[in-house]
Amino acid sequence: MSASLSRAAAALLRWGRGAVGGGGGGGLPGVGVRAASSGGQAEQLDALVKKDKVVVFLKGTPEQPQCGFSNAVVQILRLHGVRDYAAYNVLDDPELRQGIKDYSNWPTIPQVYLNGEFVGGCDILLQMHQNGDLVEELKKLGIRSALIDEKNQDSK
Amino acid sequence: MELSADYLREKLQRDLEADHVVVEDTTLNRCATSFRVLVVSAKFEGKPLLQRHRLVNECLAEELPHIHAFEQKTLTPEQWTRELQK
Repeated sequence: MSASLSRAAAALLRWGRGAVGGGGGGGLPGVGVRAASSGGQAEQLDALVKKDKVVVFLKGTPEQPQCGFSNAVVQILRLHGVRDYAAYNVLDDPELRQGIKDYSNWPTIPQVYLNGEFVGGCDILLQMHQNGDLVEELKKLGIRSALIDEKNQDSK
Repeated sequence: MELSADYLREKLQRDLEADHVVVEDTTLNRCATSFRVLVVSAKFEGKPLLQRHRLVNECLAEELPHIHAFEQKTLTPEQWTRELQK
């Protein structure tokens, strides 16, 4: 378990997004700080969630989640082989932490966005994972879930 | 404003006309006021997960800012019956 986790962590660090843990925290410099009005911040968050196909807001980082629910999101994405996603650590930025809740009108972290759209938190992602919906949603984004291959292997 | 499992259960039952509500106080596991809820209601029929969860969030709009961690499971009466049969 730990070997594959460190491989996953190494892969995350390699694409050097900067937003994912790694060097100097995972908070987003400037998101909370620059926005004077809530309108400004909403626009910045809107751009943020649309910038990548898969965007998650976590407590902690994918390598070091600081919360069981955030960890669950990270693990589910890992199971599906989703390596290329943007992860933002709300613990590093109190304005981001509140701002993203205002933006999605959703009271808790973690928050998952697919294709710029708010999907839900850990509960919803888990249910989507269990009922097959997540594989479908990833497919729509052009992401092939690793679990499809696993499933095919089992049935051979 | 009260934050007991009983209070939440009654509020959810009333506002969502629920057939069945279970509220678990999971505070001990989470180090701060936390709850896990199960709500079974016909109001969830035809609604995607996100919409169902938002209904629950709206019902507890006053309480949620004071709750640290919140887990929810939302089922229609039919889904609940199927779960019980498993």
